[in-house]
Amino acid sequence: MNTSEAPAKRHFHEELDALQEILLSMAGKAELSVARAFKAAEENDPSVAQELREADEEIDDLETEVDERVAELLALHQPMATDLRFVLAAAKVSNDVERVGDHAVNIARAVRRMRKHVPPPQVRELREMAVVTQEMLSDALAAFVARDAGAAMRVRLTDDKVDNLRKSLFRIMVSHMLEDPRNIGGGLEILLISQNIERIADLATNIAEDVIFLVEGKQAPGDYTRADHDAGPGLDED
Amino acid sequence: MPTTHDIDTGGRAPALEAHGVSVFYGDKQAVKEIDLVVPANKVVALIGPSGCGKSTLLRCFNRMNDLVPAARVEGRVDFHGKNLYDDDVDPVEVRRRIGMVFQKPNPFPKSIFDNTAFGARINGFKGDMDELVERSLRQAALWDEVHDRLGESAYDLSGGQQQRLCIARTLAVKPEVVLMDEPASALDPIATQRIEELIYELKKDYTIVIVTHNMQQAARISDYTAFLYMGELVEYGPTDRLFTNPAEERTEAYVTGRFG
Amino acid sequence: MSEGARDSMAQSSADRRRHRRSRLFAVVCGAATAVGVVALVVLLADVLVDGTGALNWSFLTSFASRFAERAGIKAALAGSVWILVLTALISFPISVAAAIYLEEYAPRNWITRLIQLNIANLAGVPSIVYGILGLTVFVRTFGLERSVISGALTLSILILPVIVMASQEAIRAVPSSIREAAYGLGATRWQVVRHQVLPMAMPGIMTGTILALSRAVGETAPLIMVGAVGFIAFTPTGVLDEFTVLPLQIYNWISRPQEEFHALAAAGILVLLALLLTMNAAAILLRNRYRTRR
Repeated sequence: MNTSEAPAKRHFHEELDALQEILLSMAGKAELSVARAFKAAEENDPSVAQELREADEEIDDLETEVDERVAELLALHQPMATDLRFVLAAAKVSNDVERVGDHAVNIARAVRRMRKHVPPPQVRELREMAVVTQEMLSDALAAFVARDAGAAMRVRLTDDKVDNLRKSLFRIMVSHMLEDPRNIGGGLEILLISQNIERIADLATNIAEDVIFLVEGKQAPGDYTRADHDAGPGLDED
Repeated sequence: MPTTHDIDTGGRAPALEAHGVSVFYGDKQAVKEIDLVVPANKVVALIGPSGCGKSTLLRCFNRMNDLVPAARVEGRVDFHGKNLYDDDVDPVEVRRRIGMVFQKPNPFPKSIFDNTAFGARINGFKGDMDELVERSLRQAALWDEVHDRLGESAYDLSGGQQQRLCIARTLAVKPEVVLMDEPASALDPIATQRIEELIYELKKDYTIVIVTHNMQQAARISDYTAFLYMGELVEYGPTDRLFTNPAEERTEAYVTGRFG
Repeated sequence: MSEGARDSMAQSSADRRRHRRSRLFAVVCGAATAVGVVALVVLLADVLVDGTGALNWSFLTSFASRFAERAGIKAALAGSVWILVLTALISFPISVAAAIYLEEYAPRNWITRLIQLNIANLAGVPSIVYGILGLTVFVRTFGLERSVISGALTLSILILPVIVMASQEAIRAVPSSIREAAYGLGATRWQVVRHQVLPMAMPGIMTGTILALSRAVGETAPLIMVGAVGFIAFTPTGVLDEFTVLPLQIYNWISRPQEEFHALAAAGILVLLALLLTMNAAAILLRNRYRTRR
């Protein structure tokens, strides 16, 4: 059987391509929101929150469309094997990307609220978290496009780094807040921002795991389970 | 080399085992050295594009290929540890114990009762025929529809009913294995669905091997699926595995519709 | 012609030519049919005109005689019936068995093909040849002399190829799906033949047999060779008795110079036709009955 002489693309396969296009469009918007939220945090810019909320509505609409198309493809075409895994992965990835957008909005809102408080110190860890997380998200999405399970595995491994940074940041902010009660307002917002950043990193890891399922047809090996990520970091952790 | 995933026979002896089965029509080789294990009380589906040899392979299991003068079978098919193609094996007895349902319903031009009873009669059944006919028709999910008109011609039934009648008459000889060659392909969707439900019920008491060109059907009703291509076994394994994550590229291409 | 007119559904001159040609063809075929029908009608009319006068009960119950007014067809009619029954009893089982063997049991090799070819050729051999065969084998060698049984045996061999071929067709017409189903249930070849193939093929076999027999009823030449005599004043009581048959009697009367005997001959033809019609009607009835049953 000569697969290079495969028949012309079926209508169904074009639908699959269209689905991927929508996902990538969604992902692009989400990445942009994340970048702008981080920049707002960096520059203490409160105006971004409103714009991000509007952008997030677009992302939500796209997620709805992805869900509808997934249902349609499953019902009408009974996809099998790789096609099936792609459609299922598309549903999961769109869900993850939508939540990334939400977290970006949360970050922008925290920045806006910080106006009312004593400005907290610039902490190196926060910026590092932002940089690493942005890379994770970008790499996970790239792995999805390229169907690269290896790249996806590397994203998973980076998640630890973000966790550790958050824990350091936690300790720093706690001692900062203990020094002076007036620091508490700003400190809490910083902690909230760091929590959201960590959630974005978790979602990037989820996307990476979706890619591994898509490419290899089984769940990713290792100690990591989705449950670990969903539980989220508690403020009283460690 | 084909990929054969672990076939769980549940610790029991398999119903049928094919070893190196090949079928030749003159010089042309239609089936190429296939090894296949059919676990007891399971449904095994044979899928593949037209002409891939799945029906020919099926017919090796009950020696129906003997009836085709041009066909030559090599290899072994073990049933209860005995090779069906040994010289001392009577093909008539084989066919009693391994029954077959065909693609186009082919009831005899007799009454419903006589159709169901025919196989049992010619095999020397001496017991209560009424009871046997009723039991077989019930097992084939046809009793309720015909119990009051058993004397009528089988040709008065609809296509789906005729096919269930053919199943009933096969069950009446009490086989262990039932081979089905595209049993629903000549039927409408509702009748097809009833046949599929029936197969699901039947596997409690029988082992079923079904040839189908309808992938979704194989996905719906079988426990194990074998993908054949041009006479070769390409991949054989649990159905859910074959359709969600096949190991062979050719299997993937076939089930996703990128070829065939 | 404008675009609109060309596109309309009205007939163009080319269409009219085609229709004319089609009708012409139908007319030619009809005329050809008419030729056959007309010839038959003329023949029948001729016979009816000549024969109805002589056709009465005494005609049917009297023996042949030198005197036309006392001559009857009784001996010939009885002889024909005896021959018919005996031939049927002999030829039917042998032919059907041969057909079953050739279709179901014989291997598909050159020997079988040779036998097939042989049988087909035998069907075309002139009947007088069978007469010579019958004379040599049955009358002389078997010592059966001029008797009903010699005649029946000769005619059996004559119509054997016809029945075999018709039976083979009928057996072949049984769908292979029925056979497959029967084999699939664990039937032996004999069980398949006896319970499925034969019952389904029987209407066709019977039709073929009756048609072959109606041919046998009209045979004259071989029976003359085997010893049917023209003048007989008794009906057969046993298979070794001498006999005569309708066609022979008719020929006998036609050969006489007197007009009265010609009328008798015509009446005899009517009786023969009636016999043949009855047999054909039986064949059609049988065929229809079995067809509706399915």
